[in-house]
Amino acid sequence: MPKREDIKKVLVIGSGPIVIGQAAEFDYAGTQACRALKEEGLEVVLINSNPATIMTDQAMADHIYIEPLTLDVVKRVIEIEKPDSVLSTLGGQTGLTLSMQLAEEGFLQSHGVKLLGANPLTIHKAEDRQAFKDTMEEIGEPCIPSKVVTTIEDAVDFAKVIDYPVIVRPAFTLGGTGGGIAHDEAELRDIAKNGLRLSPITQILVEKCISGWKEIEFEVIRDAKGNVITVCSMENLDPVGIHTGDSIVVAPAVTLSDKEYQMLRSASLNIISALGVEGGCNCQFALKPDSFEYAVIEVNPRVSRSSALASKATGYPIAKVASKIAIGYSLDEILNAVTGKTYACFEPALDYLVVKFPKWPFDKFVYANRTLGTQMMATGEVMAIGTSFEQAMMKAVRSIELKLDTLDMPKMKELSTEELYDVIRKQDDERIFAVYEALKRGESFESLHEVTKIDLWFLGKLKNLIEMENWLADGQLTAQKYKKAKDYGFLDSTIERLSGQKISEPLYASYKMVDTCAAEFAAQTPYFYSTYDKENEALLHNEALASNKKKVLVFGSGPIRIGQGIEFDYCSVHCVWTLKEQGYEAIIANNNPETVSTDFDTSDRLYFDPLTEEDVTNIIKTEQPWGVVVQFGGQTAIKLIKHLVKLGVNILGTSADSIDAAEDRERFDELLEQCHIPRPSGHTVFTAEQAKRAAADLGYPVLMRPSYVLGGQNMIIAHSDADIDEYMAIITAHEIENPVLIDKYMMGIEVEVDAICDGQDYLIPGIMEHVERAGVHSGDSISVYPSRRLSKRIKDTLIDYTGRLARALKVVGLVNIQYVIYNDEVYVIEVNPRSSRTVPYISKVTGVPMVDIATKLMLGATLKDLGYACGIHPEPDFVTVKVPVFSFAKLHGVDNQLGPEMKSTGEVLGIGKTFEEALLKGLVASGNTMKKSGGVLVTVRDQDKQEAIEVADKFASLGFDIYATAGTANVLNKNMVATNVVRKLSEGSPNVMDLLESGKIDYVISISAKGRQPQRESVQIRRKAVERSIVCLTSLDTANAVADCLGMDKTVADIDLVDITTIGK
Amino acid sequence: MYWRENRKPAYLLLADGSIYEGVSIGKEGTTVGEAVFATAMVGYQELLTDPSYFGQIVIQTFPLIGNYGVNSTDPESDRCYLNGYIVREWCEIPSNFRCEGNVDEYLKAQNVVGIADVDTRSLTRKIREVGVMNAVITTENVYEKKEELLEKIRDYSIKQAIESTSCKQMQKFSCEHPKYHVALFDFGYKHNIRRELLQRGCNVTVVPCKTTAQEIASLGVDGIMLSNGPGDPADNPEIITNLKEVAKLGIPIFGICMGHQLFALANGAKTVKLKYGHRGANQPVKDLKHDRTYITSQNHGYAVVSDSIDPQVGELSHVNVNDNTCEGVRYKAFPAFTVQFHPEAAAGPHDTAYLFEEFLGMMNERKAK
Repeated sequence: MPKREDIKKVLVIGSGPIVIGQAAEFDYAGTQACRALKEEGLEVVLINSNPATIMTDQAMADHIYIEPLTLDVVKRVIEIEKPDSVLSTLGGQTGLTLSMQLAEEGFLQSHGVKLLGANPLTIHKAEDRQAFKDTMEEIGEPCIPSKVVTTIEDAVDFAKVIDYPVIVRPAFTLGGTGGGIAHDEAELRDIAKNGLRLSPITQILVEKCISGWKEIEFEVIRDAKGNVITVCSMENLDPVGIHTGDSIVVAPAVTLSDKEYQMLRSASLNIISALGVEGGCNCQFALKPDSFEYAVIEVNPRVSRSSALASKATGYPIAKVASKIAIGYSLDEILNAVTGKTYACFEPALDYLVVKFPKWPFDKFVYANRTLGTQMMATGEVMAIGTSFEQAMMKAVRSIELKLDTLDMPKMKELSTEELYDVIRKQDDERIFAVYEALKRGESFESLHEVTKIDLWFLGKLKNLIEMENWLADGQLTAQKYKKAKDYGFLDSTIERLSGQKISEPLYASYKMVDTCAAEFAAQTPYFYSTYDKENEALLHNEALASNKKKVLVFGSGPIRIGQGIEFDYCSVHCVWTLKEQGYEAIIANNNPETVSTDFDTSDRLYFDPLTEEDVTNIIKTEQPWGVVVQFGGQTAIKLIKHLVKLGVNILGTSADSIDAAEDRERFDELLEQCHIPRPSGHTVFTAEQAKRAAADLGYPVLMRPSYVLGGQNMIIAHSDADIDEYMAIITAHEIENPVLIDKYMMGIEVEVDAICDGQDYLIPGIMEHVERAGVHSGDSISVYPSRRLSKRIKDTLIDYTGRLARALKVVGLVNIQYVIYNDEVYVIEVNPRSSRTVPYISKVTGVPMVDIATKLMLGATLKDLGYACGIHPEPDFVTVKVPVFSFAKLHGVDNQLGPEMKSTGEVLGIGKTFEEALLKGLVASGNTMKKSGGVLVTVRDQDKQEAIEVADKFASLGFDIYATAGTANVLNKNMVATNVVRKLSEGSPNVMDLLESGKIDYVISISAKGRQPQRESVQIRRKAVERSIVCLTSLDTANAVADCLGMDKTVADIDLVDITTIGK
Repeated sequence: MYWRENRKPAYLLLADGSIYEGVSIGKEGTTVGEAVFATAMVGYQELLTDPSYFGQIVIQTFPLIGNYGVNSTDPESDRCYLNGYIVREWCEIPSNFRCEGNVDEYLKAQNVVGIADVDTRSLTRKIREVGVMNAVITTENVYEKKEELLEKIRDYSIKQAIESTSCKQMQKFSCEHPKYHVALFDFGYKHNIRRELLQRGCNVTVVPCKTTAQEIASLGVDGIMLSNGPGDPADNPEIITNLKEVAKLGIPIFGICMGHQLFALANGAKTVKLKYGHRGANQPVKDLKHDRTYITSQNHGYAVVSDSIDPQVGELSHVNVNDNTCEGVRYKAFPAFTVQFHPEAAAGPHDTAYLFEEFLGMMNERKAK
């Protein structure tokens, strides 16, 4: 079937902000979809609330709405744009759910809009638990004994029938939110209650727990003709019981014989056919390890995280093919982009093994409950490709940025074997390292399998790595031994460390191509991974290409984590586009399978490998690039600078020395002095004692952070010596070689500037002002552009300082500077001569293509050449806000009070005529239910109580009922804000928790001096708010802004929608 | 761990004189054969026991072989017929509930000479570019004996392939509730063809490759199955002549792979040797009548030339989506259809098992008359 002729204009619905369980993979999918549609000459309209994405870039669609992903807003976009179709299956669960609602309400039909990619019946059959079970029964596919229930009592009754443990899965939630394994009735009651509440249709599935079975996945694609293929099989190292997003996964499946493989493959084809999916689909199975018994766990009738992984693991562009199918093509008509000769209707054959390793946020959330289960907690992942499991695993481990170069985790060494088993049983993110250490101590496969149910195959492979370590430590480092160690993925530095011997003749990596067909056909995919074989296909490829273009290597940013998110991928991809457009050959090195940068047709060549010094050296050795770019890859790339300088590589843009000058405390101080720019006074310390002395000198509160950080990792405000002791203990536990910085904490307005500089002239696209005062991490603050509280004098000072700093640092490219305005004076907090989190946001709202310009400057152009005047870009007549989005619901035990350490996983944009309008959109887009009446619970620190009066008064005058604990209530009542007193948790029932449970509270304003530790009452109140989806505000500034926002008495429906492609035109 | 011990070195010498060093797997010694590559990621035991690999040295493109070990139920014939085996890495600690041993032990027991630790991708790329070529695997010092071995390589060709793999006597297999009786021509058949027939209610009589039309007629069968098998189809004039007569019996015929090629030759078509063949479990085949594309399991080095099929005699029913080669013929003069791929799978996808049903339908139709 060729392309449908009745499709001319398509609305693509994106997935919204990055949250755990729905992350960058949908930017990748959405970007591929938009490109696939545009390639067909279709007009593309896009809606996605996430400004950090490449998908929402002007190049991607004809009309782009960065607006809240609510049903009403999507309807309005349809009314404005009048698309003839809507593509539903590439925007994650968010896009799919919205599409289904539009279809079910009859809105699409009444507006003459066709639904592409899925039909409501398919989605109902796949997503409604009972309908799914019925469908599976009809086609004879086994499901796990389970029952859909809507009450706790029914859940308990059914559990009695099938016996504990049971798994609870709420219907229609993201990444398994609200689910869990219950081992007894008490646990079940707890989990079921939460699950029922979180399910939008108050429905949960109670099922027999089959923990310990093998978890196998298939990615399947089907077209309207009924052609159906599997793209990839995947096997989870961690058996059923741990969410696949939190599992180490290999592709293809390794422990299945053809009999089991085909059994599950056929089942996948049967399932997708029975559901009638046209596009991509993910089927998850549990396979009993000692028989052919299996059960269907789950089916995702859309492009998912697993499909992004499968795409990168095989080279097969699932999202692109799914998009083409959606507009009418069949699989046998879509060309395989990899070979250019064969068709999409085939199954990739791999001649390598892929390992995916999750990236968890527990380095930031030290008090979080790290036990892995059915609810995903990873924020990102890395993928590694190798010719053996050992090689791929070693690459994955060093890509994940845990400061490990083998599976040997130092802290495991300190545990007794019994304690190791405790860690293993706890089943947390570090289990694999505990298993490794236990194997090392000679624990048997049998006993480890017994506890973990990890397949013997994997344990055997881990044992091989241990044997290799032992062999290296034992005797002469022969050429043969060295070669084998390289084959097993050991770095030279590791080999030297373990063997205690110098490597006399180092081997350099050669590269193999990912080509979807195991070399059966000649392919042109410029997609490579390293091995230690003789043949170097990358070299051969380059020779055949015989290009005389200059080559530029761009380093990506690695796994998505809090503080280093999709924004950096946006920058890397833009840089590559500009390089290509400027006639350079652009090469990307990165290890994140979820991103656009690792799509093989983004750059001229893609190296899918770790980003360590040695790995990077190898790429440089093969490519011999004219220049390299580190500015856009976050701290992952910046970390490489010293090494790159040593290699004598041409680093484009700001020099390594300047970057060092900005990061090194002493040099930075000198620089500021030289520029006559003040900063909050501070010291550099190494120990708690030094820190306490410094604090005494500066006066509390003080801000503490390790040098060289991103995302405010381990950054805190200390109010006392005790705080310093607590935090120094945590910081030093992370083996930080660099010193700790301790500064006077200034409580003022925080301002952020991103500038582009050519070494002399500079362009400031915009000054962003934070709603929250300094102290809340810039990534967690609501950021407003244009600024609204800064005087002309302050703005002029900011522009002047930015210019001085950019010039002094000889910045060529981007620089991000954070300021605090304190007592009407401007102080510099930090300077980052690189891209920042706000670059995509500010680029989109100002229309200044920042990365494009920065890249051109790095290549030698000046701002004048490009037609930009020195100074600040004119401010627009609208207001935009960037609102952070958090994933607290997924992370148990994490205090959601905001502070200097970043906690948000994503962001949304709001655009309006006024600040309040923009903020309302932003707050709604970030998932807040902006109730206009109800109750507000206020519980704040003593020092905040005076300020809280004003905020509470605003809410009260809007008609809200105010509740507070005794201390706060006393102050409010004395100040004529009528407040209901609530008992503290410690004061017996009914207390503040009962109040939160009652549903009377719609907003919580909670600020405490002490946070973090889950057992504290303030943390419990905030966690309860998260669980109950109550808007929780932990800064009076946010609360104030929210009150103002509600005060304008508007809803999003009253605010105009903006097509951002019109900005700057 | 085998990689730590001083394993016996082994060498691979190709017809073009290039040498790959590796370590011995399976039996030690020297073997010569036609080197071909296979791309399926699972099903190595089925591959090892597939008689169609007779005389060949198989390169596995998937680098990890032996992950789930070997067992006694997965073989597709009584033994290994291939001449040599090339892998990148074999698994010393296999894991599967049916595992009865590792692949190294199995190759030793089956007298297969193999080599491991070879860059199988570079080897595959070479064969893709140059075409299949003869090769030697040896555990002797290849450098000393290079000329002698190259001589051996030049002299080598696969001979008497079908005779060597076919049974010598008829064998009858019965199922519980037989509805049909099928004669299965054994050109080196994979056992799963028999199993697929048995489980569909067919009693199966496996007949030697040179069984004549009269002998078939005397069996009183409802259908005739022409099996897969090794070698150059055109090397079998006697069988081809026989098949011409078999066709005239008017009994429904279903041909697979070699059976497909031989039957095409019997009907005046031509076959051609492909540069490097199709060997894998991911080959897309379009069923022209139904406009559907299926993923198939394949293992062949020759193909029927589509243009050589006399339109009076038969028509192209299936084509390979990748290279447009002939994947199936439906005959007009008599109830027969043949396919190049393997609907019996083992190893590979079961997506085209529907063809067995079609065959049953033809037998049913004939019975009804």
